[in-house]
Amino acid sequence: MAIPLLPFRILVFVLSCMPFALLVLDIVTGSLGPDPGQTVTEALGLSALQLMIATLFITPLARWTHWSGWIKVRRMLGLFAFFYASLHLMAFLQFILGWGDLWATFTKRPYIIFGSLAFLLLIPLAATSTKAMMRRLGRQWKPLHRLVYPAVALVWLHFLFQARSDITEMVVYGLVVAFLLGVRGYWFGWRSLVPLRIPKRA
Amino acid sequence: MLIKKRPSWALSHSEITPESVYLDRRRFMGGLVAAALAGAGVPRLVDAAALPVQGESLDYAAMPGFSTEEEKTPYEDVTRYNNFYEFGTDKGDPAKYADEMSVDPWSVTVEGECGKPGTYGLEDLVRPHDYQERIYRLRCVEAWSMVVPWIGIPLADLLPRFEPNSRAKYVYFETLYDPDQMRAQRSLFSTIDWPYQEGLRMDEAMNELSFMAVGLYGKTLPKQNGAPMRLVVPWKYGFKSIKSIVKIRFQEERPKTTWEMIAPQEYGFYANVNPEVDHPRWSQKRERRLPSGLLSPNWIETRKFNGYGDQVAHLYKGMDLTKYY
Repeated sequence: MAIPLLPFRILVFVLSCMPFALLVLDIVTGSLGPDPGQTVTEALGLSALQLMIATLFITPLARWTHWSGWIKVRRMLGLFAFFYASLHLMAFLQFILGWGDLWATFTKRPYIIFGSLAFLLLIPLAATSTKAMMRRLGRQWKPLHRLVYPAVALVWLHFLFQARSDITEMVVYGLVVAFLLGVRGYWFGWRSLVPLRIPKRA
Repeated sequence: MLIKKRPSWALSHSEITPESVYLDRRRFMGGLVAAALAGAGVPRLVDAAALPVQGESLDYAAMPGFSTEEEKTPYEDVTRYNNFYEFGTDKGDPAKYADEMSVDPWSVTVEGECGKPGTYGLEDLVRPHDYQERIYRLRCVEAWSMVVPWIGIPLADLLPRFEPNSRAKYVYFETLYDPDQMRAQRSLFSTIDWPYQEGLRMDEAMNELSFMAVGLYGKTLPKQNGAPMRLVVPWKYGFKSIKSIVKIRFQEERPKTTWEMIAPQEYGFYANVNPEVDHPRWSQKRERRLPSGLLSPNWIETRKFNGYGDQVAHLYKGMDLTKYY
């Protein structure tokens, strides 16, 4: 298929920037409501989850559409997910915690523990996203990047454990994530979902 | 709907209080800072045009003993940032969807351990009373707070009219249940077992602070704030102040409350504001007084009993408040 790659990449870049741009616009126009810190933190977190899910859609989309262009934007989507996750963490520390109560927060609150673990898992993925690192890691690169599976599961738990009463939104995201992991298990075998497992040399 | 309408010759609330002055100041500040694009100290860079106070004007007496000098939370924040889960879990949902609820006519069923049970129309409930204005702090369990000028009647004046008997140890309240009017009651994945239920110990209900509100900012309650009639219990977390009440029951056993049923380790029956007892998911030591700014969050220290200890601490003498949270 002759879909030009550059415009496609620019489109994905612009779309990925949109949540951030909209937040900036909301801040400047003052439409974040009376508790802007909370609003910003939640919006950044949701964008991070959505972009993680977007990266997980790449492989299925490439298979369904027989177009390899999807693969070319996966790194960008993953780095955007990390960008939003980092901002989300900073926003939480600054706007919600005010840098107080750190020890209790990160040891006692289950949803914080889930979110923190997910973020820790994303750090090596962002750090090894360059072409040079891909070359250096070789056959180890792919198993390492399967850490995104436990990471997205932890993010979902992080989301679920904040629910007060209505979990409709969490259920919807959970179904999408379960589908994306399930379709991989179905296609490539369930062992392909295990991160860090390096297949034996044929 | 409500009687005691302000006569047409009377000045309206906004004409006689500093509220409009306050709103003007906000607009001025907002414009100033928007121009500068600095924003460090201001909640919102451009303030949406101040929302005019909606509803029917009410006639009331100010109550200096039940007031505070703290800055009131602006009307548009009080009415557009709400937890009213019958309309959705988003803070903006109640303002968006509460119009789907009809509050006229409205009646309240009174039952249980009392001499005068029955179904009372809203006007019958409020007619014998003079409205008061009470400016109370409202501390949400989610660690934000507001200051709201409520209009209403003391619960201690309302409840005795039903002649509760000696077995009436608790009073139970219930919110309207009508999935046709309250969209989130139709949600498939809600863990709330509707209707929303709350309760107070009889001595808590009869405390001078306990208030049945029918209005705010001088006019009838907006629907998203619990029209036409809601409880205000200012020394307890906001979820105790049940909205849109349709049932009052006097009973001997302690009622189970909605949040207690969902997560008993997080929300107790008493739910007194207490900085010493954390919510399992966050600290209760501080609160964001709304409106809060992005770069200068309006953090204040949370006070035990929300600062109303003088009036209510005696109710809990000898009780371990870490156990009865």
